[in-house]
Amino acid sequence: MTKFTNVLSAAAVSLALATGLGGTAQAAGGGPQPPMHEWSFNGLFGTFDRSALQRGYRVYKEVCAACHGLKYIAFRNLVDIGFTEAEAKALAEEFEVAGDPDEFGDPTTRTAKLSDTFPDPFPNPQAARAANGGALPPDLTLMTKAREYGPDYLRGLLIGYTDAPADFELAPGMNYNAYFSGHQIAMAPPLSDDLVEYGDGTEATVEQMAEDVTTFLHWAANPELERRHQLGFQVMIFLILLTGLFWVVKQRVWRKLDH
Amino acid sequence: MAGGPSREYNNRLIRWVEYRLPIFSAVEATIGRDMPTPKNLNYWWSLGSVLFLALIIQIATGIFLAMHYVPNGAMAFDSVEQIMRNVNYGWLLRYVHSNSASLFFAAVYIHILRGMYYGSYKAPRELLWIIGVVILVLMMATAFMGYVLPWGQMSFWAATVITNLFSAIPWVGESLTTWLWGGFAVDSPTLQRFFSLHYLLPFVILGVSLMHVWALHVHGSSNPVGISARSKQDTIPYHPYYTSKYMSVIGIALIILAFLVFYEPNFLAHADQFKPADPLQTPPNIVPEWYFLPFYAILRSIPDKLGGVIMFGGSIAILFLVPWLDTSRVRSARFRPTYRYFFWIFVLNVILLGWVGAQPPEGAALVIGRLATAYYFAHFLIVLPFVGWFERPRPLPESISKPVLKSGTPAAEAAE
Amino acid sequence: MATTAPDTGEGGTRRDFIFVAATSAAAVGAGLAVWPFVNSMNPSKDVLAEATLEVDLSPIEEGQRITVLWRKKPVFVDHRAPDKIAEAQNTALSDLKDPQADADRVQRPEWLVMIGICTHLGCIPQGQRVGERLGDFGGWFCPCHGSHYDTSGRIRKGPAPTNLEVPPYSFVNDTTIQLG
Repeated sequence: MTKFTNVLSAAAVSLALATGLGGTAQAAGGGPQPPMHEWSFNGLFGTFDRSALQRGYRVYKEVCAACHGLKYIAFRNLVDIGFTEAEAKALAEEFEVAGDPDEFGDPTTRTAKLSDTFPDPFPNPQAARAANGGALPPDLTLMTKAREYGPDYLRGLLIGYTDAPADFELAPGMNYNAYFSGHQIAMAPPLSDDLVEYGDGTEATVEQMAEDVTTFLHWAANPELERRHQLGFQVMIFLILLTGLFWVVKQRVWRKLDH
Repeated sequence: MAGGPSREYNNRLIRWVEYRLPIFSAVEATIGRDMPTPKNLNYWWSLGSVLFLALIIQIATGIFLAMHYVPNGAMAFDSVEQIMRNVNYGWLLRYVHSNSASLFFAAVYIHILRGMYYGSYKAPRELLWIIGVVILVLMMATAFMGYVLPWGQMSFWAATVITNLFSAIPWVGESLTTWLWGGFAVDSPTLQRFFSLHYLLPFVILGVSLMHVWALHVHGSSNPVGISARSKQDTIPYHPYYTSKYMSVIGIALIILAFLVFYEPNFLAHADQFKPADPLQTPPNIVPEWYFLPFYAILRSIPDKLGGVIMFGGSIAILFLVPWLDTSRVRSARFRPTYRYFFWIFVLNVILLGWVGAQPPEGAALVIGRLATAYYFAHFLIVLPFVGWFERPRPLPESISKPVLKSGTPAAEAAE
Repeated sequence: MATTAPDTGEGGTRRDFIFVAATSAAAVGAGLAVWPFVNSMNPSKDVLAEATLEVDLSPIEEGQRITVLWRKKPVFVDHRAPDKIAEAQNTALSDLKDPQADADRVQRPEWLVMIGICTHLGCIPQGQRVGERLGDFGGWFCPCHGSHYDTSGRIRKGPAPTNLEVPPYSFVNDTTIQLG
């Protein structure tokens, strides 16, 4: 190939990579880019920090669960974040779920078992809106996958409540947030210093709680992450070795060919 | 199918089967020791194997996913989460399936570009090319319907946008769209039938792919030089030469797939897909998967609805005409210095269209999109015929085995 | 036709080893790749989570029988009255098609726990509700092909080959059992 077509094809490849890396991974139309944080679960060998997960669960339970559901997590899943089965059972018993109808056909409630999933805080979306000034608090299980920038966005949102700039018109009942799309969010700042008492003595600053609950929710969205990374390492090594073997076979086979 | 004497086998069991169903000699004649192949095939010829691998992966993972997936509007999203969390290795099946779709399209686009660069579509391989474009259309239909199945926001709104295209057809458009929907909008009936068809089409693709390979084997593979193989010196058996050569490429394809699946499974995904479908809320920017972006850009470049649909369909349909649009008497761009520039500009243009497809259709992106759309069609309708006529090709070698031409003589080698 | 596979000659052993190594590695990889598919068909984690069930015995009066659903199967819980217990204990093993002492079928004599599926062809025997037929032995009667079970759930008459199955269970406390 001539030099110019070399340049053209190199341009094609780099343009493809640039648009691929920059252009497709995002659902456009979000707010400004939140600050990037170093998470323990990022990277090829990323894992979840167990104590952060448990603190994050505490934040979810005491702050968020009043309005936000976690419908795809079962109480038995809490064993995976470091609680024993007995502890998980006790955590389940803090929740009420729908039971079987009684002998008159009326609905009953019972305490949750390990096999139950987290109950929705509201019986239906209409009740949720009525209790929250018309806004619908979304379920949080998939939140770090359902937003551009994922965990960084979630943490940014939680620490991003600031005073509105002087020229910004804030609608009544709304709160200014630096990273929410449009900057006006119906949810009042959910976190304040020392809102939650951590069992392990960690100081519960807003930044700490934001980081912990984001870690917990990223686990809720990706419970298989650690297994995925572990298996991925084994598979990659195997495939790299296998491809190397194939390459050697090819060289040997073709060497016999007289040109 | 390959003629000639079938091979003698030493193994008694193989001989017993072969006498009753000559499957072994059929395999040998297809990819084995009895398939004479040009000896100069480079790595751009490996994509066929990668595509076959991708199809097998998709069918296998798809069948096992279908054991757990529920194709009903009320349960689809939850059933996918069920697969991700509760089915053993369900997350692996799901992520392999979603990322192999990207592998499939990346391979098919490179495969098509190889054909466009080396003139693989030229006589006598026009029908081979046409069958290939049919496979591409089937792949696009399959992928589109598959993307609807998780019933996320993008699933629902992509289905709404694309099915609404049919209403642009004069006279029958509205009824046709209602018929497609099975209702008055995209809803569970639409999802249910998409599931049925999504399960069916890969097997149609499998069948058409076998026809594609059959058509290939009538005249054998073309090659980077574009001159037909003429003697035994020009060919080598597919096995073990090309089986061994292309296994490394399969290995590399699997490495890339594994990297995505295990470390960045949602890199190519859209955040809005993780919200359940909501018919009352349109996402701020509806975008298809990356492999549809160029065609999406073409669709949105035309301000008229029917015009957009025609250009969208036309951008794929024009591929069927390539063997006749290209007037060059030389197959391979290796000997076509002028065309080569245009080929790479075409590639850059398609990438640019892809970028346009991901942007909201306004401002600079819209203007660039329109220019790029015009250029896309210009490549097929103007560049291919005119460059073919007016270009002065480089001298062709005498044969595949003699890549270096004897001095002085421009070969008058027509594409056979 | 060009020459086929390169002949074994000098360096043949080395080349063969690499070839064998590569093909076996690929075969091993393919075999390992099969496991996730096969395992995905095993019961999923939410199904396994339903593997145990706690049953509250306190509302069950003496002489009363209830049916609960465990692992998608009906389980009969019978709070046996003393006369039913005596009948069960006083039966000679030689009278039984599937000899089993009553003491081997219960942990506490007043509580009989069995899977309510006839061991013949899988129907659910009658006898749980008031008014249903108990059969000739005061236990349960399967209407499909006429199997009679006694007060210990053992087959006495009819085509069923074995006694009603006793599932694994344990007493969590005096008023609660855990199935599975």
